[in-house]
Amino acid sequence: MKTAEDLQSCRYELSENGEGEVTLRIQGQLDVSNSAALINGLSEWFRDRQPRALIVDLGALTHFDDFGVLALVQTRRLMAEKEATFHLENVGDNVTQMLSFFHFDSLSKKPPFAKKRRPGMLIRLGDGTIHIASEFRSLATFIGAVCLGLLHVCRHPRSLRTDDTFLYMQKTGVDALPIILLISFLVGLIMAFTAAVQLEQFGANIYVASLVSLMMTRELGPIMTAIIVAGRSGSAFAAEIGTMKVSEEVDALFTMGFDTVRFLAVPKIVATVLVVPLLTLFSDLFAILGGLVVGVFMLDLTVNSYVAQTVKTLSLFDVFFGLSKSAIFAFLIAWIGCFRGFQVKGGAASVGESTTSAVVSGIFLIILSDAIFSVILRYWG
Amino acid sequence: MGKQALIQVKHLVAKYGEDVILDRISFDIYEGEIFVVLGGSGCGKSTLLKHLIGLIPPHSGQVIIDGYDISKCDEATLKGVLRKIGVLYQSAALFGSMTLAENVALPIKEYTALPPEAITTLVRMKLDLVNLGAYENHLPSEISGGMKKRAGLARAMALNPKILFFDEPSAGLDPVTSVDLDNLIIHLNKSLGTTMVIVTHELESILSVAHRVIMLDKHSKGIIADGDPKYLRDHSQNPFVSKFFNPQTAGEITA
Repeated sequence: MKTAEDLQSCRYELSENGEGEVTLRIQGQLDVSNSAALINGLSEWFRDRQPRALIVDLGALTHFDDFGVLALVQTRRLMAEKEATFHLENVGDNVTQMLSFFHFDSLSKKPPFAKKRRPGMLIRLGDGTIHIASEFRSLATFIGAVCLGLLHVCRHPRSLRTDDTFLYMQKTGVDALPIILLISFLVGLIMAFTAAVQLEQFGANIYVASLVSLMMTRELGPIMTAIIVAGRSGSAFAAEIGTMKVSEEVDALFTMGFDTVRFLAVPKIVATVLVVPLLTLFSDLFAILGGLVVGVFMLDLTVNSYVAQTVKTLSLFDVFFGLSKSAIFAFLIAWIGCFRGFQVKGGAASVGESTTSAVVSGIFLIILSDAIFSVILRYWG
Repeated sequence: MGKQALIQVKHLVAKYGEDVILDRISFDIYEGEIFVVLGGSGCGKSTLLKHLIGLIPPHSGQVIIDGYDISKCDEATLKGVLRKIGVLYQSAALFGSMTLAENVALPIKEYTALPPEAITTLVRMKLDLVNLGAYENHLPSEISGGMKKRAGLARAMALNPKILFFDEPSAGLDPVTSVDLDNLIIHLNKSLGTTMVIVTHELESILSVAHRVIMLDKHSKGIIADGDPKYLRDHSQNPFVSKFFNPQTAGEITA
C-alpha cells in the first residue's frame, strides 16, 4: 500500500560513460507527485552537457501515470534539442500500456497547439465596424420592442405585471431614498458653502438661496438622482436579466409564449419612470434644506428670508422641467440596463461586462440627453 | 488491489434546517472501486455527495477520506485532502471565460512546478484522453453539453486524483454519448486505478459501470441496499430495490 512517505520515493540516478552515453535509471514511482522534479532536474543537469545518447532504464519503476509519460516526453524533447538519441530500456508491460494509451510515439512530434492567431488589422477593423453596426441595430430593435410593450400596456393596462412593478418601485425608489436624501443634503450644503465664499464679498448672501435652489431643481437634482439610480438599479436590472439569460430562464419565458421584453423590461421601465421624478423632488427639497442650514448658521440669514428668496427665484416651470428631465433619464437608465441584460451571452464574465456597461452607458446617456435639453432650452425657453 | 477503505462514512446525519435528509448512514468505499450512490429523486443523493466532498459540513457523524476526518481537520489538511479528489459537477462547471485548455491547465499550473511547455503537452494529453484534442481553444459556450461534461472530466482528472466524484454524469446526455462517458469511466478506472464515486439514477449506466452500489431511500432516510447491482437486480427482497432495478415488472412484484 502506498503511504504518504513513499509518494516522494522516485529516485533517479544519472551515470555517464566516457563516450557521451548517459544512463538514467528511474526507481520507484514516476507520477503526479514527482514528475515536475524529474523534468526540472534533468534540464538542469543537461544544461552544460552535450550527451550523444540517453538510455532511460525503467526496470525499477513501480508506479507510472500520465505525468510519468509527460516526463518521458519532455526528456525526449530535451534530447532532440541536444541532437542526442533517446532510448527506453526494460520497459514493463504496464508502462508499455500506458505509453501506447497516451500515444507516446506521436506525442512529442505534434507541434504544440497553435494559439488562435490574431487576425490582421483590416479584418479587425471590419469586425469592429460590423459589431458596432449590429449593436445599433439591436439597440433600435430593442427600443422598438420596448415601445411596443409600453404601447400594449397603455392599451391593456391590466397586462402590466403589477406585482413586479410595485416590487421594482420599492427597490428603485423607496430603498434608494435614504442615500439620495443624504447625498442631496450634503450637496446643497457644499454648494452653499462654496457660493457663500464668493457672494459674501459683495454682500450678496441672500443669493445663495437662489443659486442652490435653481441649480438643484434644474440641473443637479435630476442628474444626481439619475446617476445614483443608474448605479443602484440600472446595474441590478442588467445583472438580473443577464443571469436569467445564462440560466436559460429567458428562453423558458420565450417558449412559454411570453413576450420577454414585456415580461421583464416593461415593469422595470414603468417602475423606474414613476419613482425617479419623485426621488428627484425629494433630492431638490433636501438640497435646499442643506443650503438653508448653511444660510441660517453661517450667513446670518433668517429662515424666512431664505425661503422667501427661494420661492421668488423658482418658477413652476423650473421644477417641472427638472422633473420631466428626470423621467426621461429614468427611462434611459432602465432601458439601457435591460438592454445590456438581454445582450448577455455565455457565462458569468459576460454578466459582469454587461453590468458595468449598463452603468457606464447609463451615465453617458444621462449626460448626453441633459446636454441636448440645455441646447433646446437655450433656443426655446 | 487491497481492500482498503478509502472513504469511510460513519453515522452521518444531514439536515437542512430542521429537515433530516440522511439519518445516521454508514458505509465504506474501497480503493479502486466504482461505487454508485443511487436512489429516486429527493432521497438525498446530491446532499450525500456534497457532504463527501466537504461542501457541507455534517450535522453529526464523520466523513473520513484517506484517513482524515474532513469535517474536523484544519484548513491545511483539508486542502491536502481536496488535492486527492476531483469532482465532475452536473453542469460541468467549466469557467466560461477560459478556453478548455486554460480550464484544464488551471490546477496544473497552480499545484505543480512543470515548465509551461510541459503543461501544454500534458493538457493536450488530458484533452486527448476525453477526445477533445481538437477543441482546446474553444470556450465552454462554444461546445455541446456532452463535450462540456468530458472537458469537466479532463479538468477533474488534471492532477490524477485518487478519487473522482461524479454528480449525475449522464444527466442531459444522449444515450450514445452517455454510454461513451460510461466507457471512459471504466477505462480510467482500469488504467489509472482511480476510485470513482458516482451519483446517478440511470439504470443502464449503473449496471454497466458499478462494482458496488448503495441505494438511498426517501422514507427511511437511510441505506436500503448495498452490494453488486446485478445481484441486487435479481435477488433483492426489498420491494423498493427490485422496483428500481426492474421498473417494467414492478407492478407484479409489489402487488
